[in-house]
Amino acid sequence: MSNYIGQSIKRREDDRFITGKGKYTDDIVLPKMTHLAFVRSPYAHAKINSIDTKAALSHPGVVAVYTGEDCGNFGVPCGWQVNFKNGDTMKEPPHPLLAVGKAKHVGENVVAVIAETLQAARDAAELVEVDYEELPAVTNPNAAVQPGAPQVHDDIPNNVVFDFALGNPKEEVDAAIDGASHVTKLNFKNQRLAPNAIEPRSYIADYDVTVDKYTLYTSTQNPHLIRLLMCAFVLGLPEHKVRVISHDVGGGFGSKIYHYSEEALVTWASKQIGRPIKWTSDRSEAFLTDAHGRDYVTTAEMGFDNNGKIVAFRVHSEANLGAYLSTFSTACPTYLHATLAQGCYTTPLINIDVTATFTNTNPVDAYRGAGRPEMTYMIEHLMDTAALEMQIDPVELRKTNFIPAFDGVSQPGYQTQVALQYDSGNYHATLDRALEMVGYDQFRKDQEESRKNGKLLGIGFSTYIEACGIAPSAVVGSLGARAGLYESAHVRVQPTGSVSVFTGSHSHGQGHETSYAQFVADTLGIPMENVDIIHGDTNEVAFGMGTYGSRSLAVGGSAIMKSLDKILEKGAKIAAHKLEAAVEDLEYAEGKWTVKGTDKSIAFGDVSLTAYVPHDYPEGLEPGLDFSSFYDPTNFTYPFGTHIAIVEIDKDTGKVTLKRFIACDDVGNVINPMIVEGQIHGGVAQGVGQALLEGVDYDENGQMITGSFMDYAMPRADDFPFFETDRKVTPCPHNPLGVKGAGEAGAIGSTPAVANAVMDAISHLGGVKDIQMPITSERVWEAMNS
Amino acid sequence: MKINLKVNGKDHTSDVEPMMSLAAYLREVLLLTGTHVGCDTSSCGACTIKMDGKAVKSCTILAVQADGCDITTIEGLSQNGEMHPLQASFKENHGLQCGFCTPGMIMTAENLLSENPNPTEEEIRHGLEGNFCRCTGYHNIVKSIQHAAESN
Ligand code: FES
Ligand code: FES
Repeated sequence: MSNYIGQSIKRREDDRFITGKGKYTDDIVLPKMTHLAFVRSPYAHAKINSIDTKAALSHPGVVAVYTGEDCGNFGVPCGWQVNFKNGDTMKEPPHPLLAVGKAKHVGENVVAVIAETLQAARDAAELVEVDYEELPAVTNPNAAVQPGAPQVHDDIPNNVVFDFALGNPKEEVDAAIDGASHVTKLNFKNQRLAPNAIEPRSYIADYDVTVDKYTLYTSTQNPHLIRLLMCAFVLGLPEHKVRVISHDVGGGFGSKIYHYSEEALVTWASKQIGRPIKWTSDRSEAFLTDAHGRDYVTTAEMGFDNNGKIVAFRVHSEANLGAYLSTFSTACPTYLHATLAQGCYTTPLINIDVTATFTNTNPVDAYRGAGRPEMTYMIEHLMDTAALEMQIDPVELRKTNFIPAFDGVSQPGYQTQVALQYDSGNYHATLDRALEMVGYDQFRKDQEESRKNGKLLGIGFSTYIEACGIAPSAVVGSLGARAGLYESAHVRVQPTGSVSVFTGSHSHGQGHETSYAQFVADTLGIPMENVDIIHGDTNEVAFGMGTYGSRSLAVGGSAIMKSLDKILEKGAKIAAHKLEAAVEDLEYAEGKWTVKGTDKSIAFGDVSLTAYVPHDYPEGLEPGLDFSSFYDPTNFTYPFGTHIAIVEIDKDTGKVTLKRFIACDDVGNVINPMIVEGQIHGGVAQGVGQALLEGVDYDENGQMITGSFMDYAMPRADDFPFFETDRKVTPCPHNPLGVKGAGEAGAIGSTPAVANAVMDAISHLGGVKDIQMPITSERVWEAMNS
Repeated sequence: MKINLKVNGKDHTSDVEPMMSLAAYLREVLLLTGTHVGCDTSSCGACTIKMDGKAVKSCTILAVQADGCDITTIEGLSQNGEMHPLQASFKENHGLQCGFCTPGMIMTAENLLSENPNPTEEEIRHGLEGNFCRCTGYHNIVKSIQHAAESN
């Protein structure tokens, strides 16, 4: 039996999704449920002089109307404290549930209108009169820190949230860059992105006066975290009175980590009116208020010696965090970003310097990769640009600088200049395999030939590394995280031998119900059908930190393994008693304990029945077979890989066509290759989307000009070829499954590969300057014709 | 306003608000929540259903416009407890992750294959232009449709 791990088992959750029986939050209807609509600020920055809600309140069907004054003391917290370089605490202004005094970005919640029907709520919201006094706005992080820039928060001069540096002493890095024989320098914007999960956010709160308890149904990636933040930091509710449920969630990509003000507001308001309240975002609200990703303005420099060896890497960025601090916003441009500056290279001197700013824009939070794609883009785009400038093959340049292979077992981990210690890696292996897949030598010949025929073909590389499986709690705690980042698991063996696994991880597309059941069934040697995976309900699952940062299997899976160990250990005692043997003389395989060297055995199901019907039972042993565990990882884990893009550019229009995309990733051991491949595909599509299509833009007044699917270029099926994928396996040496993480790798690795391919296609035309993302036809045409 | 229509083979008579969308009618009145709403502006395709044999986006059709029509939603695609070949193929080829775009994708694909039983990869990709998926990069969706077409 023990053979599920490594198999592409088809997903059991699919049965409900393909028949229309998924249970997403908006699908839920509760008796006596009311509906909520928001009045949102039409201005990026405006004083609120007065709010008149009379007409709205008297609209038929309206139940209640609330303004910031009604819930003015509640505010949503930031989950990670980053201090200034001088040790001062970061600036953390209050983030009210409804704007108080000033609105600070377009789309900010100002008034909540609750009515019997959604239509009545929306109609009444139209009747609310808000007297705004528009104020000058700032949207660019670079402009925000200039003297005289509009101030987002009245008491925070220069809009600086914090400044931050990581790496070697700046003077040493400066000196190395000054002394380098070649320096490649890039100024660019890593543009703001809209995550655009296809399921809009949706919340239903239900306060039950008879037991004084709340239930919040929410489309979140981390139900326990929402409960903790909302109870402890926002509403001051006792946690045992609050149940948070997130059944099926239609994609997250980081945007559903954040504890949003709307979640707390519906929960609070449900008690005020004594009835359930539903709010579901529409797409315009999603564009305006779902936490965005990225948004850095960067200057990055890399110095090389005359053999192409990197001597130093120096970066200064301004990171735009928006008008308020979201849950993980402060971690993204710092500890999830600067810590990746080593890349896969032996760079001896590194300094990363980041200033985080407030602007009159929607808050930014984690978006697939969260800080690592931005760093990877810098490093990998610098590598190909430097190769072009120095006329070295980009593959050779990488090989010259790679950290040599290390398995983390017989060879130690690799200590970087930027705090982390890589666990295991073999960067040459994925590069070599990807080169073989693409047929590199042949490509260069084809490229030369095609140029003669006026065609513009380009190839771009990215040899990325990333850090996932966040994280050792003590480490992140010392860096400012306000939560532990372990995971919990509870495994309950039923008397008849079937198994319920309650995990704190959350699946919103990742397929945990299948992949977790695979390794649980293998470890216990029982059929997969006998294993159920339960997640997404704080009443069922004792605790959890949720799913983000590609951590589910590495951290959540390890927690389950710990519980399984305890089950097998206790089971062995029961088996030994029944078999009249010593525990040391037993071995466990194929779902039964056997006395070594004999045919005396007892099956898992018989042991579990004995545990619950303990008539003939070891003395002093508690009945039952049921264990909870918490797993706190000892390190992050570090997947890596090589992505190669081939593009063709239309000379007349500048249109970029992605011809091929090759990905050879190493995400450690793999439980379900089909699911891992799917994760890579999805990540690559988002990364390519950033390179070629997507970008959130605000005009100078802070109005969003990309606030619909008509204006924001989402990748479509015909923007892509089939992706060509393969894997190498370097196991993680420090978790029981040897897994690393695959959720974000695609999005982290792919973006620079595409940007590099564009430059490779056109740089021979001469005088072509770096092109900013998204690399649209217009920008390419301009670059070729300037 | 009163409407009579057939949904997944069953006749329904309902009194609806004139401005109610067909998507809202299916979800809120008939409780057929397999039809999803991702944008309400005809852009994402999550709400795709079949109306009188053609795939349409139910978010931008009013319920009253469906008066007298024959509608099939994702819930009505399987026959006699047997999955439709496209449903089976999406599962077989991992054509879904979060599942939110999936009903709309399958309904669009069903329409595509009914008009063109042997589409090329390009025709499939082009046929999916009105449907967004944020999870799969479309790779396995295209594979699922190819596979369903081949096994037909
Ligand atoms: S909900 Fe109808 S197309 Fe998006
Ligand atoms: S599977 Fe999630 S949007 Fe398509």
